Amino acid sequence: MVYLDLFWAFFLANLLGYGGGPPSIPLIQNEVVNHYHWLTVKEFGQILAIGNALPSPINTKLAGYIGYQVGGIPGAVVAFLATVAPTAVAMIVLHKSISLFRNAPQVKAMTQSIRPIVAILLGVLAYEFFASAVIDIGWVHTLVLGIAAYVLLERKKMSPAIVIVISMGYGAFFIG
Amino acid sequence: MVYWKLFVAFFRIGIFGFGGGPSMIPLFHAECVKKYNWVTPEEFFDYLALGNALPGPIATKMASYIGYRVKGWMGSVIAVSAVSIPVMAGMIVLLQVVAAFKDSEVVGRMIQAIQPVIGIMMAVMAYEFLGKGWKGQTSKGGFVAITVLSAAAFLLFSLHPGILVAIALAGSFLYSTWQTRKLRKGAKK
Repeated sequence: MVYLDLFWAFFLANLLGYGGGPPSIPLIQNEVVNHYHWLTVKEFGQILAIGNALPSPINTKLAGYIGYQVGGIPGAVVAFLATVAPTAVAMIVLHKSISLFRNAPQVKAMTQSIRPIVAILLGVLAYEFFASAVIDIGWVHTLVLGIAAYVLLERKKMSPAIVIVISMGYGAFFIG
Repeated sequence: MVYWKLFVAFFRIGIFGFGGGPSMIPLFHAECVKKYNWVTPEEFFDYLALGNALPGPIATKMASYIGYRVKGWMGSVIAVSAVSIPVMAGMIVLLQVVAAFKDSEVVGRMIQAIQPVIGIMMAVMAYEFLGKGWKGQTSKGGFVAITVLSAAAFLLFSLHPGILVAIALAGSFLYSTWQTRKLRKGAKK
């Protein structure tokens, strides 16, 4: 039952993605690529790149698009609800006990303990994208694009949308 | 019409919120606190604290709760939909158009050229999480231990990353509860 799989994959990845968007990305990748084989690493990377270039939260964009690829519009709705509904409802239900959460040491400890794990998962994902790029376009182009992307994004603080458009232009003119 | 105002405010937040959830927080503040006075600044930061204590994307949690405060469950549904669905639908359409040209050689090369860029984005994010984790950590030894152990579990024993995260969350929850108890007992004596 593909809708149940979709619901479970996005529910799990977002529930365990403590601390918002980025921690959920490697967990979504694990469900979608490694577990259910709905997409390849390369396809996931493309969706992530385009998703990062557009506004609004990344998790809902990933859920909507992957859900749509797997199960059409109902698939998109199921994946979207699995991402958003559980914590949106929890937020409304729990607001009365807000003081319990505000300064709870558990919250800080949980946020803290998950960070190195998220760093490793994201690092592995980064490696997979580079490895796949080297196979597709070779060392030289991967290196040029990687260094240029780093300089533009981190040193020049350029918007990801523009950097991705530039890299696509590079691909059209210089690769092949 | 309150529903319409809710829709417009959260639609604007979604459309202009580049860079994902956390970078959208100032937009929420501008619309909900400054422009429409739906919540006071104090309430806003309380919701943010509660939202950060729960898992899942922060932007939809904020939208859900502020929408609920303004106009009940219906308000919540409208706010969450307005903040995320328009761009999500746009992305589905955009990628369908890209997919239609996938067999074109030029488009194929354009897409391949994105991969090193996304690799850099992930690597920078990984580095930031490592840095934030190191700075916020009270015991540096514990931090190194978690990093090495989770890397070994994930890379050598290919443990499911969800299980890894669940163990870390449960472990740190129990440990900090135990520590707080111990501190309180110590204070009583």
